[in-house]
Amino acid sequence: MADSVAPLLDVQNLHTHFRTRAGVVKAVDGISFDVAPGASLGIVGESGSGKTVTSLSIMRLVEPPGFVAAGRILFRGQDMVGLSEREIRRIRGSQICLVFQDPMTALNPVYTVGAQVAEALLAHQDMDRATARERVIELFQLVGIAAPERRVDEYPHKLSGGMRQRVTIAMALANEPQLLILDEPTTALDVTIQAQILDLVRGLRQRVNTAVLLITHDIGVVTELCEQVVVMYGGRIMERGTVAQVTADPKHPYTMGLLASMPTRAIRGQRLAAIGGAVPNPLRMPPGCPFQPRCLQAMDVCGADPGLRDPGDGRRVACWLY
Amino acid sequence: MSDANPAGDVLLELCNLRTWYPAGRGVLGRNTEWVKAVDDVSFTIRRGETFGLVGESGCGKTTLGRSILRLERPQSGQVIFDGEDVLSLPPSRLKQVRRNMQAIFQDPYGSLDPRMKVRDLIAEGLVVQGEMRRDERDARVAELVDVVGLRREHLDRYPHEFSGGQRQRIGIARALALRPKFVLADEPVSALDLSVQSQVLNLLSDLQVEFGLTYLFIAHDLSVVEYISDRVGVMYLGRIVELASAEALYDDPRMPYTQALLSAIPGSEQATGRKRIILGGDVPSPLNPPSGCPFRTRCWLARDVCRDVVPPLREVKTDHFAACHFADEF
Repeated sequence: MADSVAPLLDVQNLHTHFRTRAGVVKAVDGISFDVAPGASLGIVGESGSGKTVTSLSIMRLVEPPGFVAAGRILFRGQDMVGLSEREIRRIRGSQICLVFQDPMTALNPVYTVGAQVAEALLAHQDMDRATARERVIELFQLVGIAAPERRVDEYPHKLSGGMRQRVTIAMALANEPQLLILDEPTTALDVTIQAQILDLVRGLRQRVNTAVLLITHDIGVVTELCEQVVVMYGGRIMERGTVAQVTADPKHPYTMGLLASMPTRAIRGQRLAAIGGAVPNPLRMPPGCPFQPRCLQAMDVCGADPGLRDPGDGRRVACWLY
Repeated sequence: MSDANPAGDVLLELCNLRTWYPAGRGVLGRNTEWVKAVDDVSFTIRRGETFGLVGESGCGKTTLGRSILRLERPQSGQVIFDGEDVLSLPPSRLKQVRRNMQAIFQDPYGSLDPRMKVRDLIAEGLVVQGEMRRDERDARVAELVDVVGLRREHLDRYPHEFSGGQRQRIGIARALALRPKFVLADEPVSALDLSVQSQVLNLLSDLQVEFGLTYLFIAHDLSVVEYISDRVGVMYLGRIVELASAEALYDDPRMPYTQALLSAIPGSEQATGRKRIILGGDVPSPLNPPSGCPFRTRCWLARDVCRDVVPPLREVKTDHFAACHFADEF
């Protein structure tokens, strides 16, 4: 991660916790990463890793009983954690935008898609409705919606899943945000439609200089879209580096296990290298490394937090092996 | 691998299977419109093999699986299981045949009754078939929890106390209780995290060897299907458009849809060096499918003949079938 350019987003030691009757769940437990202007970072993890809570924390969308317990989220140098609801609304939807997995959660079924995208424009920009409509048609063109003059007057239920996701991406791009957070943007879509959407986002990144933070469980999707990757497990960062480093030569035993679990033709007829056991109960996380109960290389020292270490090639690995 | 299998070793044969749903009525109350969820599907599954079925949502793969088990009522065609047509069996005989045909579903949350203990969930099929004494049943259930990698102390717990992977193990134990010959596995790992998915795939492979099972493995994840299947069928708009051994299909797809599908796997461009094909548009509505070839509206090779003539699923190489007029030209 380049030091020369001031990061657009700089997450420092973020802790997001949830108070439950059974105790405090540390969904995000001290993570740090940054995204340079125009760069792309993928956060990969399985369910319960804390990846989605991370994106919600950045957007200040964590609701009680969840709260940011510690840490700073600097966006263009300004700490998002301390901002008032009014101030955050000026940033959310204009400078940082979020695209969710299920476009129907982001679209209101009783308004036309055109009206909803126009709403996003009118909330942050001074323009009249006719101009907004023109702009929406342009945005629909940009995201590859055919016959946009007609589509703007349609209701969400009339559109296919892929088309709806294009609408939410158009909405997210309406105010030319500096940071686009994509949370499992293609998980609900079929593979040929996923390819269309990934191709769209790649093309958009070349035309508009938006930084992308991609949250996903699918490393394959990260390789399509990102230069940098963070691997999360149990609310912590296990490994952080370039996509090429991490996928070609994973260093953390969890990353290695994850990549070895992927079924590929090269290992047809052989057993998959499954990671034994299951994700620990978030209320009873082990001390030190959260992965140690499932790790084949666990040592006595793993009961203590290894911190992020440099294995010698500039990346960061949270493991005592390095 | 199955290529040494003689033709006589077919366990399941589908002949011109059609499962259509009525979708509209004309003035005389007769059905005028149909959703052709499964439309003229014929193929065989050999004893002991894993037959993978892939396709995108709405292609009819789940309906096809359910039609085989007679959980849907096909319009016409035959499902010949071990020499008997499942679709024309009387109820008493169907119950006997069904013990040999079991299913594992995607959602281990939705397919297990939350009020039943694991013990009773696994034993349910045995109770329904009703030919075992209680102590025999208990012994079978205890054996099954071992086989699927659960522990005996789990028997008196309820489904909500388990993780997704463990619940899928319960579902697998349930399916195996009657010692079936054939298991329909409909998206059995798609709700699971990668690290748990690999455990369940390994388990399914072990059980296949141990009990001589034949699988129909339905999934949208192309990598999983490639890994686990001996032969693979690709569905599009209710039809099988390509069918071959996993190697042949993934190495040398002959139907343009299959080519596009495989090229769309994330990361595949780097892995295979094959150029990505981005398809335009969406899958057409099964209510109003295109004339001729169902894929022609998105196909970059479509010509006039594709609009006029439905391409039959024909053998383009030994044991490699494709439904494309131009399958020989690639």
